[in-house]
Amino acid sequence: MTPHMLTRSLDRGATIFLTIVAACGILIPLSNLLLPAGSFLQVPTYLVALWGKYVCYAILALSIDLIWGYCGILSLGHGAFFALGGYAMGMYLMRQIGTRGVYGNPILPDFMVFLNWQKLPWYWYGFDMFWFAALMVLVVPGLLAFCFGWLAFRSRVTGVYLSIITQAMTYALLLAFFRNDFGFGGNNGLTDFKDILGFNVQAEDTRAALFALSCLALIVGFLVCRAIVSSKLGKVLIAVRDAESRTRFLGYRVESYKLFVFTVSACMAGVAGALYVPQVGIINPSEFAPGNSIEAVIWVAVGGRGTLVGAALGAIVVNYAKTFFTSGALAPYWLFMLGALFILVTLLLPKGIIGTFNSWWESAREKRPAETTVSAAAEDGITEPKMAEEAQ
Amino acid sequence: MNVMDARATSAMLYLDGVHVSFDGFHAINNLSLTLEPGEMRAIIGPNGAGKTTMMDIITGKTKPDEGAVLFDGVTDLTRLDETRIAELGIGRKFQKPTVFESQTVQDNLLLALNVDHSVRGTLFWRGSKAESERIDKVLETIRLTDARNRLAGSLSHGQKQWLEIGMLLAQDPKLLLVDEPVAGMTDVETHLTAELLKEINKTHTVMVVEHDMTFVRELGVKVTCLHEGSVLAEGTIDQVSSNERVIEVYLGR
Repeated sequence: MTPHMLTRSLDRGATIFLTIVAACGILIPLSNLLLPAGSFLQVPTYLVALWGKYVCYAILALSIDLIWGYCGILSLGHGAFFALGGYAMGMYLMRQIGTRGVYGNPILPDFMVFLNWQKLPWYWYGFDMFWFAALMVLVVPGLLAFCFGWLAFRSRVTGVYLSIITQAMTYALLLAFFRNDFGFGGNNGLTDFKDILGFNVQAEDTRAALFALSCLALIVGFLVCRAIVSSKLGKVLIAVRDAESRTRFLGYRVESYKLFVFTVSACMAGVAGALYVPQVGIINPSEFAPGNSIEAVIWVAVGGRGTLVGAALGAIVVNYAKTFFTSGALAPYWLFMLGALFILVTLLLPKGIIGTFNSWWESAREKRPAETTVSAAAEDGITEPKMAEEAQ
Repeated sequence: MNVMDARATSAMLYLDGVHVSFDGFHAINNLSLTLEPGEMRAIIGPNGAGKTTMMDIITGKTKPDEGAVLFDGVTDLTRLDETRIAELGIGRKFQKPTVFESQTVQDNLLLALNVDHSVRGTLFWRGSKAESERIDKVLETIRLTDARNRLAGSLSHGQKQWLEIGMLLAQDPKLLLVDEPVAGMTDVETHLTAELLKEINKTHTVMVVEHDMTFVRELGVKVTCLHEGSVLAEGTIDQVSSNERVIEVYLGR
C-alpha cells in the first residue's frame, strides 16, 4: 500500500472506527490482565474470549461487504473460506499437541490413531510449522476462491445463480469434512488444542494477546478494504455493481475485477477463521453450514451494505444480540428473531444502521449554509479525490 | 507486408451478409453495410427492424450466425468480446441512458477515459494533469461543468443523455455508435445534441440510430433505413423519406 492510497482511504468515519478498534484492542486486554479480578473495570476472561469471537466475525463481515456492498457479488458461501482458514490453523494447533494427546502419538493426531491410520496424510505435512500454517490460512481459501471465481465469472454467472452455487460449494465442503476418511477429524473436527507458538491457548494472557491480534487484523483488513474501495478500482467495482454490461462496453474486463476482489475477500475470511479457532478452541464441519454464511450476510445488511464500518458494526450488534437472547428463556426463538430482524431491516432500514445514519447526516448538513456544506464535503472525502489537486 | 496491404476494405466498418436469428426469428437478415472513415451515418427503421441488434453485433454482445463484420479493414469483430472491442476503439451509447448513477458526473467520465483498464492499473491509479484536463474539456463540451460533483443519478434525462455522450468522448473511440440520443429531449436539447454530434463527427466516425426525423434531417447526413433486419433504402433523407417502400413499412401498409 503506497502512502497516497493510505491517506486517500481515511475519511472521518474510517478514522473514528479505527480509533475505537485500536482503543479496544489495547484497553480490553490491559484491563483483563492488569486490574484485579472482580474490580469494576476489569474485563473477565470469558468476555475477552467472547468479544474476540465477535471481532473475528467483524472481519468476516468486512470481507463480505467488500464483494457484496461494492461489487454486487452476493456470496452465500463465505463461511466456507472462514472455515478453511480455521481448519488450516486447527491443523497447526493439532500438530502442536504432540505426545500430550490421549494416545500419546508424537506425529498422528488422536483421531487418526483412533481410525488406525499408520502415517500422516501428505496434506498434513508442514502444518507443524507456524509460518506454513499461516501461509495456508491465506492460500487455501484464496486458491479455492480463485478457481471458483475464475470458472463462475468467466461464464458470467451472476446474481441469484452465483449465490446458489456458492451455497452449493459450502454445502459440498460440509459433507466432505463430515467424512472420517477425508482426514480432518470428521464430525468432531479438530479440538483439544494445547498451545500456540509455545503459549498455552487456555491461558489468560494468550487469550488477551489473541484478542489484541484480532483487533489488529480487523484494522489491517479494514485499511485494505478502504484502500481498494477508495482507489479508481473501487469506482470500477461500483460501476460493475450498478451497470455491469455498461462497464464492459467501456473496455473493462469485468471478470478480472470480480476475480481480484473475490480472492482478496476469501483470504480475509480465511484470516478471520484462523483467529477464531484458537479463541473458541474447536473447529468442526458445522462451520461450513450454509446457515452460517447466510447469517453473516444478515450482519452486513443490518449494519449497512457498502459502508465497511457498518458491516463490522452489524456483525458485533447481531452477535451480541444472539449471545444475549440465546442464553435466556428466549433461546428457542432466536432463529425467528433473526429472520424477523432481516425482514424488518429490509423494510424499515434498507440501507442498514450506518447507511441510514449517513443519509440522515447528509440531509442534516444540507440544511446548513451552502459554503460550510462544500468545505465539509471536501473534508469528508465524500466528493472523492479532486483530480486537479491530486495532479499537483 | 504492411498493414495497409492486409486491409480487406478501406471502410471503418464493414458488414457483409450478416445473419442472426433468435429461436427462429430472423432479427438480422443478410445485412450489408459500410461506413467510411470520418463518415456520419443515420440509421432509421421501424421498431423491430434490427437497429439495436446490429449494434449488439458490432459491439460483441451478440454473435452473428453468419456473415463478416470487419472493423478498420483488418479486425474481425465476430471473434472478440465486448471488452476487447471497446479497447479497439468502438464506443457505444445505449438507447436507455446508462450512466453510473451512484457516482459523480466527474467519476463517470474518469471511468470512461481510455487509459489503463487493468486491475493493477486502476488499483494504483493516481490522477494526472492530462487526465483532469481532458475531463474538464469534456465537461465543457457537454455543458455539465457546474454539475461535476453531482451524482449522475440526480441529473435530468437530457443531462444523462449528454453525460453518456461525454463518456463516449472521454473514451475517444474511432467509431461511435449512438443509439437514440435525443429520446425524451426537448426541442432545444435536440438541436444542441445535433450540433454536438456534428462537432464530434469532425474527428470521429459516427453511427446514429434515431427515430426523430427532424433530428435526422438536421444532421444532414446519409441515411440508411433498415427493415426486417436488412437494408431497405439508402441515400439522403429526402430520397429515403420519399421512397415508397419506406413509407409503406413506416405506415404499416
